[in-house]
Amino acid sequence: MPYIASDSPEIQRPISTTFILVSVLVALFLNGLPWEGIWLMLRPDFVAVVMLHWCTHKPLRVGIGLSWMVGILADVADASLFGQHALAYTLLAFGGAVLHHRLKMFDLRRQTTQVFGIFVLTYVVYALVHWQVNGYVVWAYFLGCLTSTLLWAPLSIMFQALRQMRADNKGQ
Amino acid sequence: MENTQSFQFFNRGPSPAVRLVFFSVLSLLLLFVDARYRYLESTRSALSVLVSPIQRLATLPGVLWQQAGDFFITQRSLVEENKLLHRQHQGDAAQLSQWQALQQENQQLRNLLALPQRSEFNAQPAEIVYTERDVFRRRVLINKGADTSLHAGQVVMDDIGIVGQITRVYPWLSEVTLITEKDHAVPVQVLRNGLRTIVFGAGDTSQLSLRYMPISSDIQNGDVLVTSGIDGIYPPGIPVAKVVKIERDAAYPFARVVCLPVAGVDKHRYLLVLSDLPKLPERPPEEPAVTGTTQNLKMKHKK
Repeated sequence: MPYIASDSPEIQRPISTTFILVSVLVALFLNGLPWEGIWLMLRPDFVAVVMLHWCTHKPLRVGIGLSWMVGILADVADASLFGQHALAYTLLAFGGAVLHHRLKMFDLRRQTTQVFGIFVLTYVVYALVHWQVNGYVVWAYFLGCLTSTLLWAPLSIMFQALRQMRADNKGQ
Repeated sequence: MENTQSFQFFNRGPSPAVRLVFFSVLSLLLLFVDARYRYLESTRSALSVLVSPIQRLATLPGVLWQQAGDFFITQRSLVEENKLLHRQHQGDAAQLSQWQALQQENQQLRNLLALPQRSEFNAQPAEIVYTERDVFRRRVLINKGADTSLHAGQVVMDDIGIVGQITRVYPWLSEVTLITEKDHAVPVQVLRNGLRTIVFGAGDTSQLSLRYMPISSDIQNGDVLVTSGIDGIYPPGIPVAKVVKIERDAAYPFARVVCLPVAGVDKHRYLLVLSDLPKLPERPPEEPAVTGTTQNLKMKHKK
């Protein structure tokens, strides 16, 4: 089976539920840091990136339902309308579930282009909700989906390294 | 490929498309209910108990940075600041004694004229925990909530002027909508001539604007706007904004007046929440004849 051997030589290692949970909490924490002004515009949606990572790598464990619940928590944390982040993360998880076979066969560079589409969809939901409520759209806000996409590759590498480390520790 | 096919034997529940539709409809329903009816405030404050530890943790780096800055402050700057404060205090003390005399006099005059006394209000300090994460909105969260019996509608100011209004109360936090939030309205008066008007937030900038000011209205650059107090929410006489630009174009019926808030709306960390504000008497019920005329007006508009 050459298509597995070429791009992902290591076998998928088991992941504990605590690891997933902690990563989501850390993402919520990073989203909650006091960003202001231009940094707030440039801030990637950490929760979205982490959720998409788990939806594509562990589609049986992390799915649409869990993403929706995380979205509700993000709504409370952001004091935004109930359902705004929930709807966005639902679409994100669906995109992840549809694309996860394809993403596994791609290298990081090609994954990034695929993932960009999903993040744009997520930010379109935010913008649409805002447009419905307030009647105007801030276009600079879409900068966030670019930075979120750029975060994809470093995050994937980091998670891969963390899982490797944990597996090595257990092996000893 | 056979390996992956065999996974289909396991029951995975409903397909992703079904789940997508279910959760999307649920989210849209929540959005609609929250935006229209605001039924979900209790659920929100219950869930905020879950999220608030993370939020508290997220403010830690900023607080530590600030404390480190406080620690390494130089003695020279402290001495200078002390001198400045002393000078300011002397100036203020003279004005304060004058103000007390005026207050006494005002009380007596009001007694003579049988007008109700101006009531005093209390202020409790609060600290901004963090600003709203949504770039679209101009809101901050302060560290006092239902535990210190705050409630929605209370006015928030700093040492100079109005900053905003409490719009949502959580168990330990409250959300303050700043006066620069889009369409946030504050009834004001021009200090110079008592002209009544309403100042609106611009939303995307830290400016305010006066809408529907006739071109002929007496307003000048540098005019200070203070709260008029006729709305029953903001106490009278607190500075709100200063006029910085007036555009009078004969092509439009209204002048474009741009103001800047007097208070450090985007600057300070510590704010004051006003409480025990006087209640205005109930507004008398509208006469049926009045509603009739408005209906007539609407009919005319339709024609």
